[in-house]
Amino acid sequence: MSRRVRGTVFLLAAAVFAVFFALTCTQLPHFGTADHPYGARAVAAAVRQHTANAVSSVNFDQRALDTLGEESILFGAVLGAVVLLRRARDEDRAEPAPRPVLPSTLLLGAGLLPVTVLVGGYVVAHGQLSPGGGFQGGVMLATGLHLAYVAADYRVLRRVRPLAVFAALDAVGAGAFTLLGFAGLIAGGAFLENVLPLGTFNQLASGGLVPLVNAAVGVEVASGVIVLVAQFLDQAVEIDEPAQDAGGRR
Amino acid sequence: MSVLPFLAAGWIFLVGVYGMVTSRNLVHAVGCLAVAQSSTYVLLLGIGYRRGGTAPVFSDIPVGTPVVDPVVQALVLTDVVVGATVTALLLSLVIQIRKRTGTVDPEALTDLKG
Repeated sequence: MSRRVRGTVFLLAAAVFAVFFALTCTQLPHFGTADHPYGARAVAAAVRQHTANAVSSVNFDQRALDTLGEESILFGAVLGAVVLLRRARDEDRAEPAPRPVLPSTLLLGAGLLPVTVLVGGYVVAHGQLSPGGGFQGGVMLATGLHLAYVAADYRVLRRVRPLAVFAALDAVGAGAFTLLGFAGLIAGGAFLENVLPLGTFNQLASGGLVPLVNAAVGVEVASGVIVLVAQFLDQAVEIDEPAQDAGGRR
Repeated sequence: MSVLPFLAAGWIFLVGVYGMVTSRNLVHAVGCLAVAQSSTYVLLLGIGYRRGGTAPVFSDIPVGTPVVDPVVQALVLTDVVVGATVTALLLSLVIQIRKRTGTVDPEALTDLKG
């Protein structure tokens, strides 16, 4: 398909989409409406389950099964990236050489790394109370660790990031979510049913199963992102492209 | 104009698709896919918005305060996570394509192989 034909096809399709989308938008509930039937029920259920953060209650309690699926997507994507980016037979692994770093960068990175990891841990631990949770805090934990790469160099990062441990933790986190789901079955309820004592509203140990599932997700997301970024860093830093066929290989 | 936020979401989607259609670089195309996907965040949050509502977190506000819809916020969270993982997976595919064929221009990838 030539570029011109493709552009015409796109314009036609975009016009059809634009017309029908705009028509549909006029039929939606008004922007800013006070009438949110699902939202009102979800908020009521969150308060009933003693979970101050209604979004966490929806994610880890009311529709925890969906979150299990979402977490499996993350796990599968990390696995796929690891398989796709593994070292091929004809690629060489070069030892990255240390590079000079500005002292101010080093100081800022070394100072911020523990702070970022601490804030990430806080966001995971308070997922049932304040904005945040396992997904957000997990990403913060993973990026905080990579300050070691920005501020120092790759070999320092490798020391603070034992990849085999994090790969195992990724699987442990994903498995722990499923196992926590069986707690409901053992207690005579449904899979992923919130069967633990609900605790006092707005306390750290409240929401029953929510903090535990939240922590499992935090571990899985943090180690998943670390493993994922490690694959891309390996490509950029460690793996040498074969020099003899720069113009393409069959 | 109470439909303007929804129309903005449709516009972001079309901009992203336009970028993918005209893309000459697979990394750029993956970025455009992320733009097209981010239109769903705008649409979902627009649907869940409630005039005068605050965040659906009751740790520092009394229960019963009007809040925006937490269900769509949870959906957006799912959306963001899936979007990030799909982007990562597609970028690793691009790296493999670059290794096998030496190009990231989708126009140059015309040969059937296998």
